[in-house]
Amino acid sequence: MNPENAIESIDLTKRFGELVAVDHVNLVIPRKRIFGFLGPNGSGKSTTIRLLCGLLTPTSGSVSVLNYRVPEQAEILKQKIGYMTQRFSLYEDLTVFENLNFMARIYSMPAAQRRTRTAEVMETFRLDKLAKQFAGTLSGGQRQRLSLAAATLHRPELLLLDEPTSAVDPQTRRDFWDNLFQLVDDGTTILVSTHYMDEAERCHNLAILDHGRMVANGEPETLMQEINSDVVEVESKQPRQVAHTLKDKIHIISVTQLGARQRVLVSKQQGEAQSYVQQLLDSAQLTAECHATHPSLEDVFVTVTCKQPRTGDI
Amino acid sequence: MKLSLTRLFAILQKEVQQLRRDRLTFGMIVGIPLMQIILFGFAINTDVRNLSAAVADQSNTQLSRQLVADMLATQVIDRVQHVNTGAQLKTLLDQGDIKIGILIPADFERRLQQSSRPAAQLMIDGSDPIILSTAQSLTKMSFNQRNAAKSIKPPELFEVRNYYNPERRSAVFVVPGLIGAILTMTMVLFTAVAIVRERERGNLELLINTPVSTTELMIGKIIPYIIIGLIQVAIIMLLGMFLFHVPVNGRVLDVYLASGIFIAANLSLGLVISTVAKNQFQAMQLTFFFFLPSLLLSGFMFPFEGMPRAAQIIAEILPMTHFMRLIRGIMLRGAELSQLSMEVYALVIFTIITMSFAILRFKKRLD
Ligand SMILES: Nc1ncnc2c1ncn2[C@@H]1O[C@H](COP(=O)(O)OP(=O)(O)OP(=O)(O)O)[C@@H](O)[C@H]1O
Ligand SMILES: [Mg+2]
Repeated sequence: MNPENAIESIDLTKRFGELVAVDHVNLVIPRKRIFGFLGPNGSGKSTTIRLLCGLLTPTSGSVSVLNYRVPEQAEILKQKIGYMTQRFSLYEDLTVFENLNFMARIYSMPAAQRRTRTAEVMETFRLDKLAKQFAGTLSGGQRQRLSLAAATLHRPELLLLDEPTSAVDPQTRRDFWDNLFQLVDDGTTILVSTHYMDEAERCHNLAILDHGRMVANGEPETLMQEINSDVVEVESKQPRQVAHTLKDKIHIISVTQLGARQRVLVSKQQGEAQSYVQQLLDSAQLTAECHATHPSLEDVFVTVTCKQPRTGDI
Repeated sequence: MKLSLTRLFAILQKEVQQLRRDRLTFGMIVGIPLMQIILFGFAINTDVRNLSAAVADQSNTQLSRQLVADMLATQVIDRVQHVNTGAQLKTLLDQGDIKIGILIPADFERRLQQSSRPAAQLMIDGSDPIILSTAQSLTKMSFNQRNAAKSIKPPELFEVRNYYNPERRSAVFVVPGLIGAILTMTMVLFTAVAIVRERERGNLELLINTPVSTTELMIGKIIPYIIIGLIQVAIIMLLGMFLFHVPVNGRVLDVYLASGIFIAANLSLGLVISTVAKNQFQAMQLTFFFFLPSLLLSGFMFPFEGMPRAAQIIAEILPMTHFMRLIRGIMLRGAELSQLSMEVYALVIFTIITMSFAILRFKKRLD
């Protein structure tokens, strides 16, 4: 494996009985980058992250994280990684400070360092005022900040964040991502899973997972440029009929209504997307105005998963 | 085995902080011993006394009245009604009004002189085996009574009375055993639930992703509860002393040492349960699966000697059996811990085996 990479996996596979939760995933995650996992529910994001930190044993395939073989050498790795679970997993009956202090002790920090580090992360993640509050009574966003603070306390080389911003308002998410970029500047590698397009777009690299398979992988820009479909926007007075006419037609990948417009994804195979859509509508005697437009990350997602994703709300 | 004191201390401190806030558990620590000792101490009373009785005294002589008075003095019977015939006694028995009927025939004094026939008849409600055996011992008294009547020697009457010790003998016997029963129940449950709860709440997924080792986690979970267990021992002993005048004939230190080992044994067992159980409900069920045989087979409820061989073998595996012998030995017979070393070894071995099993079984994995 290339030591420049934080994570490499070869044909990583995990089965739960009949279900293949992770299906021959080949990951290459460079150091000091934010790497995103984008995928619908049940696509295997959490399972992959658990495989990467050694919580699950792969059915087949191999993983190495920070040059350690996982799961065999997972114990050495634990001091070097920070993990933020999808579900809040700190102690609800301990205060913010007690939780951080506990984690600092668990990572065997000497007393002096423990004090400075807890104070530091409390400041970074704006937890000072909440120090004495029980974790169980924190709001969603405050919990996420606490979890991230706990995960970064021991300055891990690699951060694995499983949907860190679900249930967090847009402003808090922005702040959260500012924190992530700060950590990357300090040399941390971050793997983050998300449902949100806007977040995915901010990653340096992105992998789209669907049914356990990695269906796309690359920089978000590149993915959008190399998308295997054309985007046509249709404006019409009868948007429902337009949608009805276009749906299920050959080469049409999806039709999504955005207000009065319909966003239509047409397979690249067709070639002449705009005139193709216009023809279909004309033959159904619908008056509509079609024009080609630039693909978004969401279009990429829909094209590779053929599913409607959740839309980011920033 | 990886053991860092810093991490162990982290787990310890966290457990204590959580316990301090868990009012229900805290209430159980004090409440369970309090409730149980009051319930058991007063209710479990194997020396049966104050049975309701009736007499059909057809002889009605000085001697027959003395017999009834002596029986009353044993405190086994109480509230003697007077009726005329055996048939009336039978009716009262059938109705459940009395537990014992005493029929003294008209020729009672003459019968006392002959040894061929019993002088009087006891009619016993045998539906409760403990009552039956108690009442049967009354018939032995009647024999002594007959001898006493022959030579009129009072000391032999006193012999009978001594046998029916009016002291609360069973409280003395029950309270030390209660220490074992209460510790078995609370200690196993506390640790059985301790890890399962962390798993249910999702804490474990984070915790096993830190450098903390299984040994640190297990030991850190056990130590606070050892202290809690010892506090419970103190509560039970104090209540036993003040409420039931239970003596501590041996050394108090020995009581604590024996309890300490016993607590460790139960806590390790709880840890084994928590590595097997999937949720708190299962943990609780497994605890009771273990608790019942401990109660029934350890000698707490029934004498160990009277049990069939198979039950005795099972009982030898249970920590409570060994603790029962230890605690009764120390508190009642005034034995020293060194005299009971076999029982101590048994508990230590049990602890080592279960603890190792728990540590081996607990994987820092999710699958
Ligand atoms: N322990 C398990 N036993 C059986 N099936 C499991 C287990 N863990 C996950 N799965 C299944 O594996 C698949 C992938 O699950 P995973 O949690 O990785 O999805 P995800 O991408 O994280 O989804 P979400 O966005 O909802 O968090 C799902 O179908 C899930 O039901
Ligand atoms: Mg998930």
